[in-house]
Amino acid sequence: MAVVSPSVTLLPAEASITNAEALRIRNDFPILGAEVNGRPLVYLDSGATSQNPLSVLEAEQEFYEQRNAAVHRGAHTLAVEATDAYEAARAAVAGFINARPDELVWTSNATEAINLVAYAMSNSSVGRGGAEAERFRVGPGDTIVVTEMEHHANLIPWQELAARTGAELRFLPVDDDGALRLEDAAGVITPATKIVAFTHASNVLGTINPVADLVRLAREVGALTLLDACQSVPHLPVDVKALDVDFLVLSGHKMLGPTGIGALYGRSELLNAMPPFLTGGSMITTVTMERAEYLPAPNRFEAGTQRISQAIALGAAANYLSETGMHRIEAWESELGARLVEGLSAIEGIRVLGPRAGLPRIGLAAFDVAGVHAHDVGQFLDEQGIAVRVGHHCAQPLHRRLGLTATTRASTYLYNTTDEVDFFLEAVGGVRPFFGAR
Amino acid sequence: MATNLEQLYQQIILDHARERHGSGLLEKTGPGSVGESHQLNPVCGDEITLRTVVDGGTVASLSWDGAGCAISMASASVLTDLMEGLERDEAVRLIDAFREVMRSRGTIPADEEVLGDAAAFSGVSRYPARVKCAMLAWVALEESLLAANS
Repeated sequence: MAVVSPSVTLLPAEASITNAEALRIRNDFPILGAEVNGRPLVYLDSGATSQNPLSVLEAEQEFYEQRNAAVHRGAHTLAVEATDAYEAARAAVAGFINARPDELVWTSNATEAINLVAYAMSNSSVGRGGAEAERFRVGPGDTIVVTEMEHHANLIPWQELAARTGAELRFLPVDDDGALRLEDAAGVITPATKIVAFTHASNVLGTINPVADLVRLAREVGALTLLDACQSVPHLPVDVKALDVDFLVLSGHKMLGPTGIGALYGRSELLNAMPPFLTGGSMITTVTMERAEYLPAPNRFEAGTQRISQAIALGAAANYLSETGMHRIEAWESELGARLVEGLSAIEGIRVLGPRAGLPRIGLAAFDVAGVHAHDVGQFLDEQGIAVRVGHHCAQPLHRRLGLTATTRASTYLYNTTDEVDFFLEAVGGVRPFFGAR
Repeated sequence: MATNLEQLYQQIILDHARERHGSGLLEKTGPGSVGESHQLNPVCGDEITLRTVVDGGTVASLSWDGAGCAISMASASVLTDLMEGLERDEAVRLIDAFREVMRSRGTIPADEEVLGDAAAFSGVSRYPARVKCAMLAWVALEESLLAANS
C-alpha cells in the first residue's frame, strides 16, 4: 500500500486521533505490520521503547548516504552540511519542549542526562567550577529529594551522589493508590534540600504528578528541580517554561526516535555555571598540558564525537509528533488508557496499579494477576502476538511499597487502536483459567 | 489454546507450580552437613533459597523458599521430588543432564528415564528468555551441594 508522507496533510482536524486515523498512522510504521507467533503484532510496550516511523528511519539513512561527516570540525562541504543537520535537529527537539537550542544537551539516553547533573553536582562539591558552581555543591547536612515512584535511573545516580558527598537522600512517599503524599512534602523538602528530582509521569502507575506543586515547594527552599520526562514528553504536550523546572531529561527511543540518544534540558544560566561531567575533545576552548577552558553550554557537556545520526533522527521524530499534534496524541492515549483500566478492572483477579478508573493517567496500565506470575502472563500474551512488559519495570522500591515483586504492563502510543486494546483485554481474561489460578 | 503454549506449560508443570513440593525451608534435625544457596534472577526478580542436607554422600533432604513464575517454582518442586535420596554424585550428573537439555534450544530432548518429571521442561529450552527460570533451583542445588561438601 502506498504511504503518503507526511500523513499530516490528510488528517482531519479533530481534537483527538481517531481509530481511522490511527490505522492510517500505522502505515508510517513498517514494524507494525509484522507477525509474531503467526499472529498480527499487537504492540503494547511503547513505554519501554516506541516504534519508528519511516521519516525517522529515512532521516538516519539519508544522513549516512548523503551527509556523513564529523560535526563542528573541518571546513569541507559535508562537514558543514552534517553540522547544519545536527544543529537543526537540536533546534527541533528543543522547540518541541519550548526550550532554546542552547539549553538542550545531547546525551546517550535519559539515564546519562541524570548522571550528567548528578556528576556535575559532585564535581562542584569538590570545588570544580569555582564560585559560580557553588549552588550545585552538596555535602553533609544537605538533602537530595526523590520520590518513591522513581525509575531506577532517577534514583541510583542520587544514591551515589549522596554516598560520594555525605549528603542525605530522602524521598516523598506514595499512598496505597500510588499517588504522591503531598501532605508529607513539607517535611521532606526543607531548607537543607539542594535538589528535588522527580518523574513527570510514572512508568508503572501512569500517574501524572503535580509538577507545579513540587516546583513551588522546591523554589520556596531554594532547591533545584529535575524532571524525569521520559514518559511524558512522548505522550503529552510538555513546555519547560510553563513547567518552570530547572532541568528536564528525555529519552529518544520512547518518542519514536532511535536508541542511543536522549537529552538534558537545563536553564541556560544553570548549564553555563555547571562544571562538565564527561571531558575531552569538542568541549574546550584553550588547552595546555596543565589545564583547559571549556565552551559554553550545550557543547561543554558534549565531549567526544557525538551521536550525529541519532540526533538527526530524533529531530525527525519530534517533527513527526509535532505535525500529528501532541494535544491530539494526549487525548487519544487518555482514551486508550481509560479503556485499558476499565477493561482490566472488570476482569476477576486483576489488580490495576495507580489511579482508579476515571482519574487522569497516561496510556499505560500495570497490573497484577492473582495467582499468576507476571512472566507467565507475558508468555501467555506473547503467544497471541501481544507484546507487553513484565517485571519490576526498573522500579523495585515502588513495587515493594505496593507489596509486589513483578507486574505486567501494557502501554499505548499514537498508533494503537481500540481494537488492539480490546483484543488484549480478551486475552488477559484467559490468563487465570489457563493457569488454573485459584 | 495454542499448542506452543501447552507444550511449554505442560499440565505437570502447572500442577507443580501450585503444589510446590519442598516449599518452606526446613531446619536440620538429623545428621549430615547443611548447604544453602540463594539465587536471584535480576531480569525478572525470581528468587530462591534452597537448603540441602547431605548425609553419608546422599542428598538426605531438600527444602526451599522461593517466589517466581510457574516455570521456576514448578522446577524447584520437581527437583525436590527427583533429588531426595539420591547419591550426591548422581544428583550432580542429573543437574548436568538437565542443563544440557535446557541450553540446547530444543535440539536435545530430555530422557524421561533419567530426568523423570523434569523432562516436562524440555519445551522451555526453545524459549531462551525462560531457561534461567527453569535452571534457578538446579543452580541453587548445585551450589548448596558444594557448600555442604566444604
